[in-house]
Amino acid sequence: MRSVAVVGASLAGLSAARALRAQGFDGRITMIGSEPHRPYDRPPLSKEFLAGHLAEADLVLEADGEDLAAEWRLGAAATGLERRSDGFAVPLADGTSVEADGVVIATGAVARELPWRLGGVHTLRTVDDARALRADLAGARRLVVIGAGFIGAEVAATARTLGLDVVIVEVAPAPFARALGPRMGAVLAGLHEDHGVRVVCGVAVRALTGDGRVDGVLLEDGRRLPADVVLAGIGARPAVEWLEGAGVEVGDGVLCDAGGGTSVPGVVAAGDCASWFDPGLGRHHRVEHWTGAAQRPATAVSTLLSGGTAAPDQAAPPYLWSDQYGRRVQFAGHAGPEDEVTVEEGDPDARSFLAVYRRDGRTTAVLGVDQVRQFTRWRRRIEPVGAR
Amino acid sequence: MIPACPLAALPRGEAIRLDADPPIAVFHTEDGELYAIDDTCTHQDASLADGWLEGCEVECPLHASRFDLRTGQVDAPPAKAPVRTHRVVVEDGTVYVEPSDLPPNLPPGVRSRSA
Repeated sequence: MRSVAVVGASLAGLSAARALRAQGFDGRITMIGSEPHRPYDRPPLSKEFLAGHLAEADLVLEADGEDLAAEWRLGAAATGLERRSDGFAVPLADGTSVEADGVVIATGAVARELPWRLGGVHTLRTVDDARALRADLAGARRLVVIGAGFIGAEVAATARTLGLDVVIVEVAPAPFARALGPRMGAVLAGLHEDHGVRVVCGVAVRALTGDGRVDGVLLEDGRRLPADVVLAGIGARPAVEWLEGAGVEVGDGVLCDAGGGTSVPGVVAAGDCASWFDPGLGRHHRVEHWTGAAQRPATAVSTLLSGGTAAPDQAAPPYLWSDQYGRRVQFAGHAGPEDEVTVEEGDPDARSFLAVYRRDGRTTAVLGVDQVRQFTRWRRRIEPVGAR
Repeated sequence: MIPACPLAALPRGEAIRLDADPPIAVFHTEDGELYAIDDTCTHQDASLADGWLEGCEVECPLHASRFDLRTGQVDAPPAKAPVRTHRVVVEDGTVYVEPSDLPPNLPPGVRSRSA
């Protein structure tokens, strides 16, 4: 293999390029990015960057002087993946095309949007999104966050810290229930209520109101929440439309084996766009966490360079962190609805605790709030479902 | 020299954080060596004393950057800048740290209290 096209120039793409060089690949690397920016870190976009504590330069992922000897094609999205007799061609939106022997798919995910197009309605995925949201919050008094996931919760916390009135609306009966289970979800909701944020659960949004610019959120139960700004934190879908017709098997993201290999030899995928087979769960599973985008590309690259013969590393359990109101939330593993949850350290009412999720005596997940040292130890006890 | 703790209070495999400015982490490795580095990860505000100690390396508890305790160098990203190392001395059963004269590499958004 003499050339590799890395499609996607964010954390997963950069990690893939680094892994290529670290694993001895000295051929041509072409980095293709739809955004005009060099790789940057997204987690601060809902926190320190939104609050104005970090500048754009602080988000840069590459180290000073780091040189991967790659060719960068930024600001031109890939529009397809074509198989050639001797490799692949990746046509770009600017009409050019990149040819390569191997391809790493790392195009990430796209924020889901609400169906109402009004001024003051935002999603948050890119630095440009964050800049626009920050500018809008600066002149606003009331923010409604739709969707109590981590991005929504972090934006709520940041906006509250900036002095806005904030309401979070979640259609599920409890916030964060999908990730953390209902009991711990309610504890995290309490953290928001401690700081004067209203959390409205179990009710859907019927419509956004406003003439040109949003002025409120109408709920299914008839309530109307006044709003100057609305953030939709309703999840993301994998950015895989460009692969239509390429022969790469796609489900909820690019379907991969446990080493990141796709249905097409010479093509691997990693990061938010990829749904890797998880041997522990016994099914494909798409992970949208930063850690997956940072670590799995190395496995995918070793699959690519070995032609699929390298045994994949055991993937670490999914891990996420979140900072809200100065509290550090960390979660690792897979929480199931049937899991028994016990508090092993601290006190949920004091918003500093460590909770362990167990199923059939097996530790499946760990949640820590301001318990970093304990979390570091406990997360290593997580056992995959199929471990015994 | 800053007195850290009695050596007996820092078992092998453990670390403590000293409330210096900026804070310093002292590690006692499984092999019995003592090392001191800046406690704050150079990538983002996290305490390396809370991290995972393995051999002569500590892994940041937040994003898994790894630092070599002997040199302070980054062994694994996302951190880009090294941490400072500090000299450790044991006298009469007490661990002391002599803070480095070099400027620290604090993460963006975190400032030294004296700065």
